[in-house]
Amino acid sequence: MIFWKLFYTFCKIGIFNFGGGYAMIALIQNEVVVKQGWMTLAEFTDIVATSQVTPGPIGINVATYAGYTSVVNAGYDPFWGVAGAFLASFSVILLPFLLMLIVSRFLLKYKDHPIVKTVMSVLKLTVIGLIAAAAVLLVSSETFGTYSESPLQFFLSIGLFAAAFFLSLKRKLGPIALIVLAGVVGFVVYYGL
Amino acid sequence: MASLLQLFWSFFKIGTFTLGGGYAMIPLMEKELVDKHQWITHEEFLDVIALAQTMPGIFATNMAVHIGWRMRGVPGAVIALLGNILMPILIILALAMSLHYLQGNAVVEAVFKGVRPVVVALIAAPVFRMAKTAKISRYNFWIPLLAALLIWLLGVSPIWVILIAGFGGFVYGKYLEKKEVPS
Repeated sequence: MIFWKLFYTFCKIGIFNFGGGYAMIALIQNEVVVKQGWMTLAEFTDIVATSQVTPGPIGINVATYAGYTSVVNAGYDPFWGVAGAFLASFSVILLPFLLMLIVSRFLLKYKDHPIVKTVMSVLKLTVIGLIAAAAVLLVSSETFGTYSESPLQFFLSIGLFAAAFFLSLKRKLGPIALIVLAGVVGFVVYYGL
Repeated sequence: MASLLQLFWSFFKIGTFTLGGGYAMIPLMEKELVDKHQWITHEEFLDVIALAQTMPGIFATNMAVHIGWRMRGVPGAVIALLGNILMPILIILALAMSLHYLQGNAVVEAVFKGVRPVVVALIAAPVFRMAKTAKISRYNFWIPLLAALLIWLLGVSPIWVILIAGFGGFVYGKYLEKKEVPS
């Protein structure tokens, strides 16, 4: 039953996410692509791109879209897809919401406690590795194309990757601008030419 | 004190009019909650940011839940949360349905073919940015490296990696505590 699995999976993703939107992208990727096989890597990449150019928290956007895609890919019609989308976003918030209500009262006092600080700094370091693994796993023929099939796409992909990486790190260009620019390049090269 | 309607409206604006994820909401949140309505002071606001980052889940919704709860208890938490995520969910859902409907469309496929490698770069870049802010040194670089290798090469679930890291951090914190205060 995909709805139960969706609920359980996104509850897990919500409560184990320490470290912001990119960490959550890594967790969702591992669950819905690697473990459950609900969608392809290319589909997931498209979801991440779309989620970054629309308003709202990235985690909510990716969960909602991934919930829809997972259910529709399982053979249900769009109505159930919408149910899956709401279920996934509900599940990803549920446990953090409850925890926030229970712990808010105490944690404001303890957030500067040395042990809390140590745990958080170790988690921060771990999350970097988690996102790195997600990035490495995303490098595939589904995202870059293959040299044998289309040398043009393969080399253009590598160029776009390098340019975006540089512009994001060194020029502090935001994700929205980069995604829109890459979309225009894709449209011109792959459709226009 | 905020009414439920005011809470909803404030967080609705914060959720609807910020592009670029949860952290991009901080300036608008400060403007709405601290400057305009004065529901909390600037110092309290900074404390809530630290709290929302420490807690698991999604930063922006954690903020909404805590501030809503402070203002009007549990109903306030629910209302602030709903206000924050309502429009984003509806917008992304509309896009999800449209893009599914357009699956196989040559234009959409061409656009995404260009976008996909950039998404990979956008996920790779924060690794280096975060490495800087997390103060990576030669004593602790093995932690992210080990985490990445466990997940990438051995296929260990990131959830286990986080659990082990959290436990390890707790044990290390206890050890430091003992070292400082010899009993």
